Amino acid sequence: MTHLNDPVPLIREKALWMRRRAFRMVHEAQLGHPGGDFSATDIIATLYFGVMRFDPKRPDWADRDRFIMSKGHATGALYTVLCAAGYYPEDWLDTYMQPKSRLNGHPNRNYLPGVETNTGPLGHGFPVAVGSAIAGALTGSDHRTFVLTGDGELQEGSNWEAAMVAGHRKLKRLTLIVDRNRLQQGAGTEETSGLDPLDEKFRAFGWQVVEVDGHDPAALLAAFATPTDRPLCLIANTVKGKGVSFMENKASWHHGVPNAEQFAQAMEELV
Amino acid sequence: MVQAAPKAAGLHDCREAWVTTLEALAATDPRIVAVVNDSVGSSKLGGFQKKFPDQLINVGIAEQVMVGVGAGLANGGCIPFVSAASCFLTGRSLEQVKADIAYANFNVKLVGQSSGVAYGELGPTHHSIEDFAWLRPLTNLTVIVPADPWETAEAVKWAAAHEGPVYIRLSRMPVPEIVVPGRTFQPGKAQVLREGGDVAIIACGTTVHLALDAARALAGEGIAARVLNMHTINPLDDEAVLAAARTGAIVTVEEASVRGGLGGAVAELTSAHDPVPVERVGFPGFVPTGSVDWLFTEYGLSQDGIAAAARRALARKRK
Ligand SMILES: Cc1ncc(C[n+]2csc(CCOP(=O)(O)OP(=O)(O)O)c2C)c(N)n1
Ligand SMILES: [Mg+2]
Repeated sequence: MTHLNDPVPLIREKALWMRRRAFRMVHEAQLGHPGGDFSATDIIATLYFGVMRFDPKRPDWADRDRFIMSKGHATGALYTVLCAAGYYPEDWLDTYMQPKSRLNGHPNRNYLPGVETNTGPLGHGFPVAVGSAIAGALTGSDHRTFVLTGDGELQEGSNWEAAMVAGHRKLKRLTLIVDRNRLQQGAGTEETSGLDPLDEKFRAFGWQVVEVDGHDPAALLAAFATPTDRPLCLIANTVKGKGVSFMENKASWHHGVPNAEQFAQAMEELV
Repeated sequence: MVQAAPKAAGLHDCREAWVTTLEALAATDPRIVAVVNDSVGSSKLGGFQKKFPDQLINVGIAEQVMVGVGAGLANGGCIPFVSAASCFLTGRSLEQVKADIAYANFNVKLVGQSSGVAYGELGPTHHSIEDFAWLRPLTNLTVIVPADPWETAEAVKWAAAHEGPVYIRLSRMPVPEIVVPGRTFQPGKAQVLREGGDVAIIACGTTVHLALDAARALAGEGIAARVLNMHTINPLDDEAVLAAARTGAIVTVEEASVRGGLGGAVAELTSAHDPVPVERVGFPGFVPTGSVDWLFTEYGLSQDGIAAAARRALARKRK
């Protein structure tokens, strides 16, 4: 899918739908990770409706761009974008976390078209993305590989091993987006095991680094188009729970779920 | 004769007993340290952190480091309780558990939280049903699976006093207190909760009370089922298993994979010494999405499922 016109209005429209739909899923299941869904929504909507080349009718098309959701807990964001992108009908979303549903609490590529790999344990998606980017180079495909990690997730050492391999091999078709919402499950990243200065770390590993507002589609589009001869890391500054006043910047909404009142208020705010 | 009483009223989250016991230990012994991976909340250690801020080390989302740090703390004279979701504690850090804890034989206590299928809908990445198979062969590592709050507290106290590596596998599933007169906890020594000579049901952890329910139901059909609480998976109580084999039919029950865990251990031992039919109740492998209750029912970890397994074992019994 390519977009000749300005894709920003479409991205905004899709992101709004994703947040509303994801929160309904979480409300109905009384399970999920809405804080991390909402910090990632604009990044993912920008990728699918402004950047990536894909065809939902051919999920195994060899030259498709890959999106790997390393922060696999944010299934509200992933499942809604794949639905919006045309991989499956909306009624599949109604089964979120139900017995035998294809929509498990963490994504499973064997059940859902469009899911590139199974994630859930943190620190797994990034190494898989490196492999996918190496395969692109080996097979002469010009596909890009995008991988989204949480920021707390970067405390896992596997990410830094992957960063080293990608930097060493100058994988210029690999883009890592860090959802830099500064919160992990129980507390802030900097009070738990600090990541700053994150940009310098990635530069030292041989990456091109761009900081960007992770809720601004136009800025994200420009950042994704950064010319580079090495792997590209976007440090996307985000707000956990973005879009719902009582959720923003609250660690308790990492896997908090709304009651009926909170759900109604969120629907009023997400317009 | 031992006979466990019917279920006491109320269900309990064993994590309460875990933290209460750990806090009591830490209050008198500054060597007690909790080590976590962004898992203060899921380990119920919020209160511990407030009371003993210096005795809680949160390494962030980094399980391999967490287990390695545990070994280092033991090297430095501390008594670390490394507590995390058991899927990551055992799966992600398996080599650290093997090499740095079991092989190096450090005095580290690993505490697996929300084990089995406690994370139901979050799926197989978050289930910890392979941990018995992974950890059971590790030399030096005592593997304990408490059945209720009392046994949880006993296991934590014993682990703190014991010099050597221990894995305590906790659940989040609410369980009833198992009432046994004069109950004692002796690691490596199974507890007979109910006598019976037709078939033996060997259970552990969250399934012990279900095994007792099944035995009571079977009694109504004239089948006398012995029930064993096999709270220690490594070392296994060989003597109790071989005594169970003398009933001529065994059922094993565990909130774990039927491959390599308690059922695997019992099958290994009996096939070598006294081959009898062994029906293994547990999970066959990766399971579909579903709530804990749904998964327990679907895979026969229930009174009915266990009783049915006992009837199957009896039908296969050598005449
Ligand atoms: C290996 C591993 N350890 C622990 C967890 C439990 N866990 C799930 S999400 C999470 C916090 C993630 O924080 P972050 O990466 O910042 O994600 P976000 O803020 O975007 O939700 C934790 C600790 C996990 N899924 N995998
Ligand atoms: Mg975060």
